Amino acid sequence: MPPRDAAAGTTSQPQAAVSGPAPLLGAQGVAKTYGSVTALESVDVSVGDGEILTILGPSGSGKTTLLKIVAGFELPDAGSVVLGGQDITYASPAARGIGMVFQNYALFPHMKVADNIAFPLEMRRVGRDEIRRRVGEALELVGLAGYDARLPRQLSGGQQQRVALARAIVFRPRLLLLDEPFGALDRKLREQMQLEVKRLQRQLGIAALFVTHDQEEALVLSDRIAVMSRGRIEQIALPAEIYARPANRFVADFIGESNIFRARVTAVHGDRLEAECEGQVKAVVRGATPRRGGSDIALVIRPEAPRRLDDGETAENIMTGTVAEVIYLGDAVKYVLRLEQGGELVVRWPYLQSRRTLGVGEPVRVGWAGDLVHVVDWN
Amino acid sequence: MMVPAHDRMTASSVTRASRLAVPILRGEHAPLLVGVVPLIFLGVLFLLPVAQLLAMSVEGGSFAHFEKALATKLYVDVFFDTLVIAATVTSISLVLAYPVAYVLSTASPRWLLVGLIFLMLPFWTSILVRTYAWMILLGRNGLLNQALLGSGLAHTPVPLLYNTTGVLIGMVHVLLPYMVFPIYSAMLRVEPDLLRAAQGLGAPGIQVLRRVYLPLTMPGVIAGCSLVFILSLGFYITPALLGGGRVIMIAVLIEQQVRQFLEWGFASALSIILLVAAVLFYLLMNVLGGERTT
Repeated sequence: MPPRDAAAGTTSQPQAAVSGPAPLLGAQGVAKTYGSVTALESVDVSVGDGEILTILGPSGSGKTTLLKIVAGFELPDAGSVVLGGQDITYASPAARGIGMVFQNYALFPHMKVADNIAFPLEMRRVGRDEIRRRVGEALELVGLAGYDARLPRQLSGGQQQRVALARAIVFRPRLLLLDEPFGALDRKLREQMQLEVKRLQRQLGIAALFVTHDQEEALVLSDRIAVMSRGRIEQIALPAEIYARPANRFVADFIGESNIFRARVTAVHGDRLEAECEGQVKAVVRGATPRRGGSDIALVIRPEAPRRLDDGETAENIMTGTVAEVIYLGDAVKYVLRLEQGGELVVRWPYLQSRRTLGVGEPVRVGWAGDLVHVVDWN
Repeated sequence: MMVPAHDRMTASSVTRASRLAVPILRGEHAPLLVGVVPLIFLGVLFLLPVAQLLAMSVEGGSFAHFEKALATKLYVDVFFDTLVIAATVTSISLVLAYPVAYVLSTASPRWLLVGLIFLMLPFWTSILVRTYAWMILLGRNGLLNQALLGSGLAHTPVPLLYNTTGVLIGMVHVLLPYMVFPIYSAMLRVEPDLLRAAQGLGAPGIQVLRRVYLPLTMPGVIAGCSLVFILSLGFYITPALLGGGRVIMIAVLIEQQVRQFLEWGFASALSIILLVAAVLFYLLMNVLGGERTT
């Protein structure tokens, strides 16, 4: 793929406004290569006090490497990591005072629940009575009071997760790292734990750096999201911002479902662009950053943007086609439309009992307003 | 080999095998059928001779041979020496094997291969060749003493051969792989994230080792110690040659009784005592290992 204009998109996001002037955690220019593989390519990221920042990316995007560097399990080739004003780039993991919840919880299998949670306190030479008190508090906090004497393998996945969380916060760390901690849980439990983690994090006021490949999870949990791919941060922004205004084609494609059409700008009137898609289809866009005429752009249309047009009804953008696939989602119905101009358009409409569901092969006309289209550079 | 860790492994592979979609043998007696051949094999080649040994040790219905073995100071001393040597060999092997196993468990595939070859080399060499090689190295005018004298580290030859030192060196050399492999396989099973978690929670290296790594690799240590100790108890060639008749272990004593004095009954009694000691030790280690895993 040709280099894309990711940096411009990233820096234009209002990042400082959210994290404040002196972030708790700041990673600057962090780079790491393994042999000939570049895992991280000069990454800048910061986490403010009490904030949850999510690193979201597909596997192999470098998000876990970044987390390991922050935790101290890997050393960066270049760049620095600062926590609470202190340079910890080369500090030992033990000296960092960061709580971490591992993907598979990493509970010590030979220790009882209470001993697992007491471990970080014992390492800090906390007195025995104080340890007992704080372990009890932590267990209560995660809703596992009375489970002190169990061994990790006698607990369910969700309970193990709670123990791991209790162990990571019992020593009152400044920062909590979460490495895909919900991956092993079933959907319902996962959603419950996500909310619980968020509640705990708010209650304790701990900042958290959270790594996941699950965008839904990221949208639920995060104050801000950093989207990573191929060792770079593509965009850092608020969840709504990331969804509504992806910085580039990768983010548009990765976050949520998108219809992406390649188009060429044919006319510019202020913030109103006219463009031509493949098959001579005209597109109208309003509210996008101005582009030069003739430039290559990608039109990003979320599946909920198009609406079905009745006969004679018009819209700024209109496409016609036939229904190729009908996917029932419970609260919504997703249609894959085969377009007359060629290509496909995915639309998702709320399921209404009053409205008839379309059948495969039915012709359909859809349209949407120009301000529902988001534009990014094609490259 | 009958050690706790192996027991568990075979148990789990049996359950996995029984879940195979296409059973090789059908019917509820199929497992029995599979077991018949090894059972006959064991019965004829192991249980029968042991039974014979037992019969010989109590010939004429008297326990005189056992009384002689357990009441005569000379023989009790030999038993005691054997236990001490076995324990010493086990301890030295453990101290040497633990770091070796650790290095192997963290080595890149290429270095792992190199390490395994070096470790297996003694296995592939005849025990006699190995023992004679040690005699060349350890003797009064052997390579080691020449080096010590030549470098001025010693002024008179250090006695390394025909004493306990020589026996220990030779036995550790032979038995080291039996200690390394169980520990190595236990180390492979330790999840790296557990060590990272311990570090991240504030544990310095020594505490990670003491609180997490050692306890988690303990099943391997117990298995290795059981193997080495039990094998040490019955060691014959190495103590016979490197001990030069001055280090008498129980197996050497048994051989003497049979070959020099034709005391089959007494030799059988000694063998039975050795067998019982080995079984008792094995059971003890099993209990220790069991406590760790439940």
